Amino acid sequence: MNLEAIRAIYKFEMNRTFRTPLQSIIAPVISTSLYFVVFGAAIGSRITEIEGVSYGAFIVPGLIMMMILTQSVSNGSFGIYFPKFTGTIYELLSAPVSYFEVVLGYVGAAATKSMILGILVLLTAGFFVPLRIEHPVFMALFLVLTALTFSLVGFIIGILAKGMEQLQTVPLLVIMPLTFLGGTFYSINVLPEIWQTISLANPVLYLVSGFRWSFYGISDVDVSVSLVMIGIFLAACIGVVGWIFRTGYRLKS
Amino acid sequence: MPQPILSIAGLSKTYDDGFEALKSVDLDVERGEILALLGPNGAGKTTLISIVCGITNATGGTVTVDGHDNVREYRAARSQIGLVPQELTTDAFETVWATVSHSRGLFGLKPNPAHIEKVLRDLSLWDKKDNRLRELSGGMKRRVLIAKALSHEPRILFLDEPTAGVDVELRKEMWALVRELRQSGVTIILTTHYIAEAEEMADRIGVINHGQLLFVEDKGELMRKLGSKQLIVQLQEPLEAVPDALAKQGLELSEGGGTLVYTYDAHAERTGIAALLAALSEAGLRYKDLQTRQSSLEDIFVNLVREDK
Repeated sequence: MNLEAIRAIYKFEMNRTFRTPLQSIIAPVISTSLYFVVFGAAIGSRITEIEGVSYGAFIVPGLIMMMILTQSVSNGSFGIYFPKFTGTIYELLSAPVSYFEVVLGYVGAAATKSMILGILVLLTAGFFVPLRIEHPVFMALFLVLTALTFSLVGFIIGILAKGMEQLQTVPLLVIMPLTFLGGTFYSINVLPEIWQTISLANPVLYLVSGFRWSFYGISDVDVSVSLVMIGIFLAACIGVVGWIFRTGYRLKS
Repeated sequence: MPQPILSIAGLSKTYDDGFEALKSVDLDVERGEILALLGPNGAGKTTLISIVCGITNATGGTVTVDGHDNVREYRAARSQIGLVPQELTTDAFETVWATVSHSRGLFGLKPNPAHIEKVLRDLSLWDKKDNRLRELSGGMKRRVLIAKALSHEPRILFLDEPTAGVDVELRKEMWALVRELRQSGVTIILTTHYIAEAEEMADRIGVINHGQLLFVEDKGELMRKLGSKQLIVQLQEPLEAVPDALAKQGLELSEGGGTLVYTYDAHAERTGIAALLAALSEAGLRYKDLQTRQSSLEDIFVNLVREDK
């Protein structure tokens, strides 16, 4: 195991983040915080409690998930896309590192960054709405698994992307809509039955539901289903990454 | 004979679009030598290097680095190799120090600030260590790429067109550095299309064209073997034209008619020198000096590549 290489990649990626704190940290935290200020405080005061939880507090887990998903995907994709784009990837390909180590370095850094942001949003939310976390261990588990899974998704996108546009497309056109329709701002129980069924096809629903359960003990689907689903996503991503590396697809000619 | 540090056997590469970049190349590189791979653009030099370094997959053949297969035992193989790519690809926003230290880590070595400092000083980069790469000139970036390759103490160093777009001073510095590295036991493989560079630096020269390694020869041997020579006859009285009696010898007049130049194959059974000298005196031409000149590697190379077409 080339631990030094994992450390080098991880450090390199984290430096990239902290070099631009305004863009990488402050901006996403502020923009996400605006959601619970506007939705929670302004609109929430006119919405009745959902299963005993105030609306402002209800949306916090979903907002943290949204942050984790978008940040994981964009960090994971950019980290590997950029060296491909500039050509510096030659060094990675010629270094005595295994693919597993490369993934650990890049995905580890992307997941770390999105978790930091998620926690910052959580802390900020604490100033505006009353929070309680009933199952902190599960909360941490969901946080880590989701960050890892979607950093892997990002990594895959970064390898497959042929240009900047494709790199932006998936987060904007896939992740964002899925998050909005995945019960971030509402419980799917309020939807007509047909839409409830359709919503069950949305993977993000399981993440938001499970994460919210770890806060308030309420969920759209059973928490065990949420855990199984995220396990399946993670396994699928690992499978795809494994295939990419075995074949060298889009990395080596 | 000691085991070669790099052994390439039957290496071939066909790209997806059907382009055959390498056609069964065999090459052994001896420990501690400087080998220059000479060839025109698109000859397959970079493809060859990319396969050895693990950046490109081979279609066929094997690469063995100090006894380690570069696919099955890629860790052992790659950790010995430093690569300085042709393109100036750098992380624009990183500092010199960070990017060079990063390279060392990637190759699995523990941080060693003293070594990094030595490398940067040797490359006259020390006062730039805190500069971001985008602030550096092209020549400085080239040095950074060399520093990155040297950061992990390679036993084999690949320099892919190291002096392309580099000014004369830096080129001389690089040549000095390469010699110094060789002194310390590093094997160096450089590609170039500057013949002067190969002539200046290399112990052996390989000529590659259309994906085939035409030959690899000791530099002196190569120049002796393939070189045509010229006999320069300095005349006492300048001539206006080559006399008819000497026309069939293939002579050329130069320096305002003051010298006659006779080109011959130094390895031929008959060089024709004796006949020429006899013909000269028969024509009543008197000369004050005779000189022979070896043709340069450039002439050899141009001839070879032309023949290969």
